[in-house]
Amino acid sequence: MSLLQNALVSIGDLDNDDIGHIMKLSAIFSEVLRRDIPKVPTLRGKTMAMVFSEDSTRTRTSFEIAAKKLSMDILSLNSSQSSMKKGESLKDTLANLHAIGADGFVIRHSSSGVPTQASTWMTVPVINAGDGCHEHPTQALLDCYTLIERFDTPSNHTTDNAILNCFNGMTVTIVGDVEHSRVARSLVIMLDMLGAKTTLCGPRTLMPRHVDKWPVRVSYHLDEVLPETQVCYILRLQNERGSGTYLPSIREYAMNWGIDSKRASLLPETAVIMHPGPINRGVELAGEIADSSRSLILNQASNGVAVRMAVIYLLLANPGDITEV
Amino acid sequence: MTKVLLQGGTLVDATGIRSGLDVLIDNSEIVEIAPNISPPRGARLIDCDGCMISPGLVDLHTHLREPGNEEAETIESGTRAAVAGGYTAVVCMPNTEPPIDNATAVRDILAMSKDALCAVIPAGTITVGREGERLSPMVEMNACGVRLFTDDGRGVQSASVMRRALEYASALGATIAQHCEMEDLAANTVMNEGYLSSVMGVQGAPNCAEELMLERDLELAALCGARIHFMHLSTHGSVELVRRAKLAGMQVTAEVTPHHISLTDDMLSEYNPIYKVNPPLRTRKDITALIRALSDGTIDAIATDHAPHVRESKELPLDQAPPGMIGLETALAVAITVLKDNSGEVGTGRKDASENGRSGNNRSGRTYSTKSNSVKSEYGNSGSAGGGRANNSYSEHLTIDPSVLQYSMNMVDIIAAMSWKPAAIAGLDVASGGRHGGPIVPGAPANLTVFDPSADWRVDAPRLLSKSGNSPFDGLSLTGKVRHTIYEGEPVYLDGRATK
Amino acid sequence: MAERERRLATPRGGVFVPRSQVMSADDVDRALVRIAHEIIEHNKGSDNLALIGLQTGGVQIALKLRDVISEIGDAEIPVGTLDVAFYRDDIQLRPVLPEAVTTIPFDLTNMAVVLVDDVLFTGRTVRAALQALSDFGRARSIQLAVLVDRGHRELPIRPDYVGKNLPTRLTEQVDANLEGVTIGDVIKGRP
Ligand SMILES: [Zn+2]
Repeated sequence: MSLLQNALVSIGDLDNDDIGHIMKLSAIFSEVLRRDIPKVPTLRGKTMAMVFSEDSTRTRTSFEIAAKKLSMDILSLNSSQSSMKKGESLKDTLANLHAIGADGFVIRHSSSGVPTQASTWMTVPVINAGDGCHEHPTQALLDCYTLIERFDTPSNHTTDNAILNCFNGMTVTIVGDVEHSRVARSLVIMLDMLGAKTTLCGPRTLMPRHVDKWPVRVSYHLDEVLPETQVCYILRLQNERGSGTYLPSIREYAMNWGIDSKRASLLPETAVIMHPGPINRGVELAGEIADSSRSLILNQASNGVAVRMAVIYLLLANPGDITEV
Repeated sequence: MTKVLLQGGTLVDATGIRSGLDVLIDNSEIVEIAPNISPPRGARLIDCDGCMISPGLVDLHTHLREPGNEEAETIESGTRAAVAGGYTAVVCMPNTEPPIDNATAVRDILAMSKDALCAVIPAGTITVGREGERLSPMVEMNACGVRLFTDDGRGVQSASVMRRALEYASALGATIAQHCEMEDLAANTVMNEGYLSSVMGVQGAPNCAEELMLERDLELAALCGARIHFMHLSTHGSVELVRRAKLAGMQVTAEVTPHHISLTDDMLSEYNPIYKVNPPLRTRKDITALIRALSDGTIDAIATDHAPHVRESKELPLDQAPPGMIGLETALAVAITVLKDNSGEVGTGRKDASENGRSGNNRSGRTYSTKSNSVKSEYGNSGSAGGGRANNSYSEHLTIDPSVLQYSMNMVDIIAAMSWKPAAIAGLDVASGGRHGGPIVPGAPANLTVFDPSADWRVDAPRLLSKSGNSPFDGLSLTGKVRHTIYEGEPVYLDGRATK
Repeated sequence: MAERERRLATPRGGVFVPRSQVMSADDVDRALVRIAHEIIEHNKGSDNLALIGLQTGGVQIALKLRDVISEIGDAEIPVGTLDVAFYRDDIQLRPVLPEAVTTIPFDLTNMAVVLVDDVLFTGRTVRAALQALSDFGRARSIQLAVLVDRGHRELPIRPDYVGKNLPTRLTEQVDANLEGVTIGDVIKGRP
């Protein structure tokens, strides 16, 4: 599976043991990041190519910091300076970067599937940093870490993956534009693997077709599902992907699907609010809820680096077979 | 021109199957058919032992890309691929650059293909520039020999334009061939709309994007009393519509491609643009319906939709890569592999069949190997994730849904769908004054295909004669191999090599 | 993904088969008491003294040494743990174990730090530890205590305190903990 494929393109590349391991490693890297000198020489001499065909300061910065904290060098390729938009073979572009010295690729692309394609072309590790409407596996992993931080009770740790126990039966409601959300696709797979109960909620036009075959419950009535929701995961309304034309108006969306104080009060007291960012304040989420104590949004942002260090470390630090000392 | 003697082999044509006969060809005509013809002095002897000899195959749907995209294919390379696939005539699509939408363009193609290895018959566009607005000058193109008009690559979106096209063409005795696709529903789609597309996060085309236009055009054809041909059917719903129209006595014909009767949308699970095609690869349910329709005659013809693309363009993100796959050189093999019934009909005429155990049908079931398609199968498969991505081994064999077995076809019907039926649709058959697809009899034009129906071979795309390598069957094992192709009495393809 | 690491996590990718015990639990105990005395003597007491056990084998030994030193010197000395996996130059040989955490709950400045490990071999672990420690602060001095020095150094590193010098063959494996010291071989092949 993935370790042979050398890639993390879908959260489905991992199994529960993998996720548990990544979570424990993330905790270790969190400790590293709290040191006075929050940097380790682990991957010095190795170069990470950052291929971003889509603007995303946050994800890009998070990955760059993660790589730098592992002492990697960064090779950056923007859509503006690359030939990626000119119809030149994408394979050739990546092969070039590999020839220049990239030991691994972090790929963000506006087209679904590009990291998957890259992983079939490249012999070096490929990490999906978000592709079109497909997946964003490191986002799901950092959400996983954030939820463990909040809900895990370490005293229960009797078995290897006990760190994941808190997901068993956890009720997660993902609200909003699921159709265009790579975050939702990764989350749905992961939450299903971890035994959580996922409900998707949003206007029908923003639900994927054939969602009935997904391992989720679908509801079109937000107020009915909020009282039984432990984790309310709000998606960004992606106007840039044209979800505007899927809706009569932003106003109607905000009124029916936006989380404001009144809706938030329907949630159980212990429920938390999450959002992958950036937030359209006042559209899918009211500012005061985003900033409230039940919001884990800042935790999500700050956990990104440690989780990405763990993923980069796992994919790049192990060159495969070992030899005797 | 020297005489050519085809020795041994089994004849298969519209009259049935005859074995143990030699075929003597002289100067583009068949002159004698008899057992053990003694070779005339200087005759070229071609060993057809173990092979079948059929009328040359006719492709209704070839993109030769010239003029405009000669990097992907030219008339020369495309016709070499055609004869390697057993074709002696191809209808080339008019979506070139510039498009074939006037008599000059038609004459240019005819002039350029004068020395080609097989007959090249241009189709003309229905509308000027394939823009779907003004009718092309069909009369002047018809006068140059164009019998089929299509905007292929696009469907005619406007019902009123389509109605006028049907009216106009029917008065010429020409046929409108429609690529059925409601652009409104199918714009920017990259594959079949289904569970897989939803998980992959890509835009899918629903079946009804094809069926709505097909249904509309059937109504329009009925209204005009016009003949209509439907290209590359891909859905079970389309099949039903065509079936009903035929039962109602309409002059409707339909074609299906080799890939639509053999590959499902699962092939797209690694986002490989090689499998991107329009209409998209569908589901097993659709495949079953298409095969059934071929076997009962609802679908008349197998047409390749041979659509070459340069390597670079298929190494793009899935949504940016152009749709299309090559097919000329694999069509007969795919048809035999998928459709051929194994219930031991007539032997292949191989003289030593019983001795070497190759009596024709020793294949292990009607299977063909394909890549694993396990992507995202962990979805909804609680807790048992891992191993989500396809492994790239070729060892797995995908068996065609067993329900299809009941629709398997005999060799005469398979060749019918690839030779005389498409020849009739394109007006290339003997009855229409053409030279293709007719029975193998003395005096008939010597356009013949010699193939070994039981040879197994593995497709190696880089070694195909097409200028492009975008074959979805690359690396797969298929059964049935074209050995020789005779065009107008000349062996243009002999033992794996084009002679020009 | 983790599977690869787990596979690598068995010692040197093989199975340890013990051959002969060279130190008993009592021997280990006596050696550590001697080392404790030497540490106190060398540092003229236990003021500003700290122990750091190297993950994973050195931690247990550091804790034991701490107990002995506290008893002798009648003073609590701080103990930390250090995982040097991120600092190794041969990282693929010893993957990160999630169980092996780094905790240094004290300021290194002006401290005499004794690194504690079970077995001193090539010296590469100690080199990594020295680099790691320098990221945590500037200790006054850094010393090295090991239960067993088995030779075969590849770097100019010498222990200050040794429980037992144990000549070994390069291919042998040494297992050292509070229960005793055993020499054995590693049988190749994955469990
Ligand atoms: Zn078409």
